[in-house]
Amino acid sequence: MKSYPTSCIAIAALLTSQVFAQTKAKAQNVPEIAYDSVPNFLKLPPNLYLGESMGVATNSKGHIFVFTRSANTRLFEFDQNGTYVREIGEGSYGFEFAHSVRVDPEDNIWAVDEGTNMVIKFNPAGRVVMVLGHRPEAVAGVVAQSPPPGAAAEKYILGRPTDVAWDPQGNIFVSDGYINHRVVKYDKNGRFLKQVGSEKTGSEPSQFNTPHGIAVDAQGNVYVSDRANHRMQVFDNNLALKSIYDNIGDSWTVCISPGPHQYLFTSNSNPNGNAPGSWDITGEIYKMELNGTILGRFGHASKEFGGFQVVHMMDCRNPNTIIVAEIESWRVQKLLLKPQAPAKTAGGK
Amino acid sequence: MRTSLQIMLSAAILAAVPADAQSPVPQIAFDSVADPLKFPDNIHLGEAAGVATNSKGDIFVYTRTGHPTISLGTARPFAHGGSRLFQFDKTGKFVREIGKDSYGFEVAQQVRIDPRDNIWIVDQMSSMVIKFDPNGQIQLLLGRKAESERLPAGPAAGRGGAAPGAPEGPPSAGRGGRGGGLPGAGSQSDLFQRPTDVAWDAAGNIYVADGFGNSRVAKFDKSGKFIKSWGSTGTANGQFRTVHGIAIDAQGNVYVADTGNRRIQVFDSEGTFKTQISDIGAPAAICISGGAHPYLYSSNSNPPEDIDVAGEIYKLELDGKIVGRFGKAGKLPKEFGTVNSIDCRSENDLYVGELGNWRVQKLTLHSK
Repeated sequence: MKSYPTSCIAIAALLTSQVFAQTKAKAQNVPEIAYDSVPNFLKLPPNLYLGESMGVATNSKGHIFVFTRSANTRLFEFDQNGTYVREIGEGSYGFEFAHSVRVDPEDNIWAVDEGTNMVIKFNPAGRVVMVLGHRPEAVAGVVAQSPPPGAAAEKYILGRPTDVAWDPQGNIFVSDGYINHRVVKYDKNGRFLKQVGSEKTGSEPSQFNTPHGIAVDAQGNVYVSDRANHRMQVFDNNLALKSIYDNIGDSWTVCISPGPHQYLFTSNSNPNGNAPGSWDITGEIYKMELNGTILGRFGHASKEFGGFQVVHMMDCRNPNTIIVAEIESWRVQKLLLKPQAPAKTAGGK
Repeated sequence: MRTSLQIMLSAAILAAVPADAQSPVPQIAFDSVADPLKFPDNIHLGEAAGVATNSKGDIFVYTRTGHPTISLGTARPFAHGGSRLFQFDKTGKFVREIGKDSYGFEVAQQVRIDPRDNIWIVDQMSSMVIKFDPNGQIQLLLGRKAESERLPAGPAAGRGGAAPGAPEGPPSAGRGGRGGGLPGAGSQSDLFQRPTDVAWDAAGNIYVADGFGNSRVAKFDKSGKFIKSWGSTGTANGQFRTVHGIAIDAQGNVYVADTGNRRIQVFDSEGTFKTQISDIGAPAAICISGGAHPYLYSSNSNPPEDIDVAGEIYKLELDGKIVGRFGKAGKLPKEFGTVNSIDCRSENDLYVGELGNWRVQKLTLHSK
């Protein structure tokens, strides 16, 4: 009885955040891209299970890395056929609550953990070679949130970081995150260079409300999923704002394909909670030109195979083969996009 | 306003960082092997809090790793896990794990090897000092882990130390002895509050740096019987602000890293103040080398939230004269990320354990 009001408040808060997070994209008449999902793609050994699939990435050989919230957060490697290869970073001090994994051009594997506030760089052999951020000391006991909300953002302390990317020079960009609301640029040796955003949320240009994903194109421009502001912000290499794409719903995660013609992918993932009607207006992924022109969309919210249940991350090393990690279906799907019919009019900006 | 305050604060911090403004300190050239330890695939270092070698050159690392955990659904919240102790041979090959799943392994702080190759660890969270014999069997325990955690957490300095079942005192760093001692003086017993380091004199007496919570040095005989402690929180001679490290020379003088007061205090074996060594930044890890001419090493470690300040290590004569300095804060080899431990069994071959970079570096100092 005593706890009743607390539960009410908690439920109200959840409902509020669901409604808030549920955004229909403004873009209209976007061509549908047909696709197939490869059945039984990842083959896990007996007694090994994925939990929430938070991060997925491939390396240059096509090996697939999955960062998952299991009983403990764990990082698994599979080969290009989906056969299990190994676990990386078993028992790592940096693994408590998976958020993202990315593979850099040298095939180093970078894990972003929003529980320990750390970004961990593993070399291709699976050994730690650099860490960014600092795990709060356990000796502080149980704390509500660390760093405390509103505390001035430190150069080298992250607050529930979400994602990592690199420019062609190897500079490191971290989206940070749920407590801070900024993007930090470090040099390749981990030295702080600058940031955009701050410890505060904001909806003005160059401010963020949950920067949730990040990618960098071949020119060094930085694309940031500004999730709770229902937009993507694009910055130049010095973090000066270039443009804002606000017709794609809530940008949960962003991916840029390599190669001479780069494509931009963003997911308007259906929100946690599945409120009535939410599946009708969210869940799709957009394929775009870097300049924001929408080329097409694919996928829809669903718990069934082939549909998406809160896409949290995408790999787009091959722009026609998208690998998606889903939070609420505890799975990874490999999607084979079918060629689009010759475009009449793309879906406008 | 806030910005200008920040700038002023930054300027003050920057101004405070150069440890010696008077005369330039010679730079000591050195090389580093940044990955001297070879691990099995499923073992990783976290924060390398402690590193030490034994007489055979075996290397011991006490590291914060894995998953520090608090249990749910219990009468009280119980904390466990979070640190491991590994042994490597002198080539860096992994030998074994010691004390796996120990009740006392929570937040690794230090490991030291005594002259008989016993392995001593200091745990900052369980507030225990644990002595393992060379085979890895527990021989002696000092302190006692707090039975459970308080929710919500009080200030970290206030945890531990209290006798189980005793009413909790006001959660302040100055809780001191329940016998009404000075703030930081601790209880006159072997109950520690976030201890940091351990050392021995030639007779085998044990000295514990205690620590973050208390501000004292506790002395025990070799059987672990409490003899005395000295110190309290403050800035006077014989007072401390964070006792972060301890080392003892062949004459039995006790060198105490008094980090918050930016000095090393030197005492005789009874705790009588003799002198202090300053102009070396904020000493966080200290070590006295072996051999006919021992040297004192002291690290002015950078804070975890900033790698653009401090980080250098000093080499000193035991009388405090600075021989030289080397290194700076950073993430590359030959840079340091919050050094918490120095092993200097050999004068010019050092191992340093870093909290910030999750690694142990093997350093070779060039002699002139």
